[in-house]
Amino acid sequence: MLKSKTFMKKTRSGGVLKIVREHYLRDDITCGCEGCEECSQENPVLQLETVLQSSLCTSPHYLLPDTNVLLHQVDILEDPIIQNVIVLQTVLQEVRSRSAPVYKRIRDIINNSEKYFYTFTNEHHRDTYIEQERGETANDRNDRAIRTAAKWYNNHIKKSKNMAHLQVLLITNDRKNMEKALEEGIVAYTCEEYIKSLVANPELVDRLAAVFDEKNEIESGKLIFSEHVPLSKLQQGIKSSIYVQGTFRASRDNYLEATVWVHGDDTEHKEIIIQGLRNLNRAMHEDVVAVELLVKENWVAPSSVVLQDDEESDDIESTEEKEKILKTGVQANAKPSGKIVGIIKRNWRPYCGMLARSQIKESTRHLFTPADRRIPRIRIETRQASTLEGQRIIVAIDGWPKNSRYPNGHFVKNLGTAGDKETETEVLLLEHDVPHQPFSQAVLSFLPKMPWSITPQDMKHRINLRHLYVCSVDPPGCTDIDDALHCRELENGNLEVGVHIADVSHFIRPGTALDQESANRGTTVYLCEKRIDMVPELLSSNLCSLRSEVDRLAFSCIWEINQDAQIINTKFTKSVINSKASLTYAEAQMRIDSPTMNDEITKSLRLLNKLAKILKRRRIDNGALTLSSPEVRFHLDSETHDPIDLQTKELKETNSMVEEFMLLANISVAQKIYDEFPEYALLRKHPAPPPANYDILVKAAKSKDLEIKTDSAKALADSLDKAESLAFPYLNTLLRILATRCMMQAVYFCSGLDNDFHHYGLASPIYTHFTSPIRRYADVIVHRLLAVAVGADTTYPDLMDKHKAAEICKNINFRHKMAQYSQRSSVAFHTQLFFKTKGILNEEGYILFVRKNAIVVLIPKFGLEGTVFFEEKDKVKPNLVYNDEIPSLKVENSTFYMFDKVKVRITLDASNLQHQKIRMALVEPEIPGITPLTKSDQSNSKGEPALKKSKLDK
Amino acid sequence: MAGLELLSDQGYRVDGRKAGELRKIQARMGVFAQADGSAYIEQGNTKALAVVYGPHEIRGSRSKTLHDRAVVNCQYSMATFSTGERKRRPHGDRKSTEMTLHLKQTFEAAILTQLYPRSQIDIYVQILQADGGNYCTCVNAATLAIIDAGIPMRDYVCACSAGFIEDTPLADLSYVEEAAGGPQLALALLPKSDQIALLEMNSRLHEDHLERVMDAATKACKDVYAVLDQAVKEHLQEVSAMLGDRGMA
Ligand SMILES: [Zn+2]
Repeated sequence: MLKSKTFMKKTRSGGVLKIVREHYLRDDITCGCEGCEECSQENPVLQLETVLQSSLCTSPHYLLPDTNVLLHQVDILEDPIIQNVIVLQTVLQEVRSRSAPVYKRIRDIINNSEKYFYTFTNEHHRDTYIEQERGETANDRNDRAIRTAAKWYNNHIKKSKNMAHLQVLLITNDRKNMEKALEEGIVAYTCEEYIKSLVANPELVDRLAAVFDEKNEIESGKLIFSEHVPLSKLQQGIKSSIYVQGTFRASRDNYLEATVWVHGDDTEHKEIIIQGLRNLNRAMHEDVVAVELLVKENWVAPSSVVLQDDEESDDIESTEEKEKILKTGVQANAKPSGKIVGIIKRNWRPYCGMLARSQIKESTRHLFTPADRRIPRIRIETRQASTLEGQRIIVAIDGWPKNSRYPNGHFVKNLGTAGDKETETEVLLLEHDVPHQPFSQAVLSFLPKMPWSITPQDMKHRINLRHLYVCSVDPPGCTDIDDALHCRELENGNLEVGVHIADVSHFIRPGTALDQESANRGTTVYLCEKRIDMVPELLSSNLCSLRSEVDRLAFSCIWEINQDAQIINTKFTKSVINSKASLTYAEAQMRIDSPTMNDEITKSLRLLNKLAKILKRRRIDNGALTLSSPEVRFHLDSETHDPIDLQTKELKETNSMVEEFMLLANISVAQKIYDEFPEYALLRKHPAPPPANYDILVKAAKSKDLEIKTDSAKALADSLDKAESLAFPYLNTLLRILATRCMMQAVYFCSGLDNDFHHYGLASPIYTHFTSPIRRYADVIVHRLLAVAVGADTTYPDLMDKHKAAEICKNINFRHKMAQYSQRSSVAFHTQLFFKTKGILNEEGYILFVRKNAIVVLIPKFGLEGTVFFEEKDKVKPNLVYNDEIPSLKVENSTFYMFDKVKVRITLDASNLQHQKIRMALVEPEIPGITPLTKSDQSNSKGEPALKKSKLDK
Repeated sequence: MAGLELLSDQGYRVDGRKAGELRKIQARMGVFAQADGSAYIEQGNTKALAVVYGPHEIRGSRSKTLHDRAVVNCQYSMATFSTGERKRRPHGDRKSTEMTLHLKQTFEAAILTQLYPRSQIDIYVQILQADGGNYCTCVNAATLAIIDAGIPMRDYVCACSAGFIEDTPLADLSYVEEAAGGPQLALALLPKSDQIALLEMNSRLHEDHLERVMDAATKACKDVYAVLDQAVKEHLQEVSAMLGDRGMA
């Protein structure tokens, strides 16, 4: 094999260092064509019979796109219709170095066997490798390499008789490259030309990215923005402190204002204000930018004006008018201000939103309004404006030339009618950056082949626990069962308790596409009526799910515990279990409570329940907090999935039983992996909140003559227990809700990079997540660590790298936060649907917070929280007096204290289709001019559609 | 932004080789007339020169003398021009001392030292150009030089490195691949008996993967053997042709 090769050497010189690298050119790289008689290949990718029909090229053909086509038109390439494409190594490597997300998408396409994309390793091929010539730029050289490969393909194809009719088309948008290609006799088209020529696929055209020629741009129209400083100069400027680097944060309420959060700790100014369209200079939310500070005289104060971009024209004069309004801020409050001189890194993503149709009827250029108010409107070209009106669509940005008021983009996808349940779910997932696409072929290829069974190889480091009376207890309808339990009496009078967790890390091997995808997803996201899995369904609902009556692989944590719930010893082992029953909380409770049942499972449950009570008592004595937040569950109509009723979640004893053992397992595992890998353990901590966080809680309790102590978790827990009022039983719940709001977020971290491990809420010195690997990636890592610790599995370099661990933590912390936000949005959306059908309701609630011009009201019945504003646009402002010491707000003659009972009117405000919201207005106590008038008077109700609907219903 | 892709999805390495393929090896024996044995070898861009003196009487301190076998004395060095960045490398820097020790260990295991009691064999190896796998190239060069000197060995000592990237064992790492910092292993093997003369490993590798990497390294060593053996045979033919010519004259 060594001898059959032809060698050539390539020398790369750069700088002072002379680097000599070898490069072996091969003659055994195949073309990937099905009909080839020249190359002997096992699995040709490119089909002999192609389906694409183009009016430009009537014979069957393969596409050979250049780098820019891949980078910018990946939306098109992903379309199932585009097949039989040759991806050159040159192109793939350029894409890899220029955009990681696009590279990933291209790889997914290549791995999808239904797309027939073939990677041709042209840089190692004897006939297609070319040297960079003197005076030739790297870009020009790569373009030439692409042309060389295209030529090679066309010649190569001719050599096989049955492929003589085939053609390879070079797709490039680069004019120079195109001219040269045509000169050299290569058939080449621009992406646009080709896509437009496709027979029977006109809708693809809209998804073309708007690519413009930099050179032509200057001639058309006047410049609005100043040129961006190139990256190399920016870096110099940052080094020499002419510019500062920071993250751009657009304002939600004012499109002409933004702040830049300066990177680094030792900078003088943490926050720089950017005001005015020209200073904002095309920066967008989340971009990493370079800022130049203005001279002090030009510093401005942040304005409190709300400004929405609603211009129809490209004219920027009217914008300049608006900018004057901003200058009204008090000059004394002026803060460091600056202007954007360049973009270091764009953070563009596809945006959801709606089309605002151009007023010119025939126009194909329209403005798109993103759902996220921090993103400017985007100009797109489409001929289907009439169909897209009223729909939620996705648009991707292609660029923002300096003569354009808005960025240019292209239409990517129609999500469906705005307000539809499916559409809105899609929108909230996209807006919270929740990866929810179907799993790619590459990911699915790592799933076990069905029918699956346990092999002797699987049993190598595993013990057989099939004989144990293991059962699982979960909410009704749960299909991804992570955990199961057992308990039995030992001969010495002690008890053996086992927590068995799905052995997900057995199926998800490190570094595979499946692993990367789950690591990126980080968590399963539960919405009101939908679940977005972290791992493919075959695993989540079948092979990993610890269902009853089937053999399943598990990771078991087994304790010997005495009757006082003291742990005698702990053992961790991989195992095989066969669960005897999958119970709901209610079913398990019923078994425990019914004296006639005495089977093994029930006995086991009773023992567990007894131990759990002792464990819980002990935990609470140690200062663990039991807080509450009103959790709501929708009863969905089984047909339409519309919410028909709301119910606050009810907790049974068995909920707490399962929870206790999960906590115990998590703590035991945390200790074990930390002992074994003090530097690399993935743990979870919950920092104690700074004392100031509790101010509001203490003040609120004081106003009701109750004392809340906050010097320790235990003091807080005890004082919350004592804070009862006979006349007002709900007060305690309200206090606990408030206490929850004072807490910090719990986070994952790597033990080697932190020294504070304490979990405040659970009052545990160490904690981690081990018990839900099907739906949390943190648990998968913890499983791997534990498996290595007990010798059941192998390690890999990234597992023993604390910086890699820190990266994982950062991502899963972000994903968890986003999962929570999407869950809240989902609840909010379903609440809106619920109130849409209910019409106007008057409900009782409690004041949760008092603000300077509003009160926040909680309606326990719906778990719904809303704000009652006392200042409204275009209305006379009432007399408001706010007291910070005893949190209260005096409105005209009525004073509102925290926890006061009020009655509010709830309506749905659908005036803005993209941003519907629930509105609350005060009904009781009555305040003249504030409380809404009788129902028939609609003067101040903005929720007109809801109002009309309710009348129709009755 | 994105680091170097050491192994592409299509299975090609940075320099165009596949996972199990060696770099090109070129070897010449008898390059120095003054020495008892010498050899020059190129493995890709790694170039090494080995010179052997002996067996001869113990030089310097007599106390080193071993009564049952020969003393193997090794010296490893790197030419100042061998790396991209020029560095003065005094003899006896830590790396060289370590390499010297490894070579000594390797050849003490392979040379039939008991045939030459109370004598000494000197092996000097110098890296002229370094591009990964320095130790292995030195071993291969020294083997040829020892054969050239006519010193009997149990077997050829063939050495080759192997790494482990993206769950794939790679044979004969180049400098670029070594610099990536993954696990790497250097194996010196007596190919006929599969006996290991030396095995060294850098950075961590789980024992479960070890077998696969060892297999790759063993396979690579045997490939090296085929090339070295070919070089020896060619050299022999040349020499005997020369001798034959002389005999004719
Ligand atoms: Zn071919």
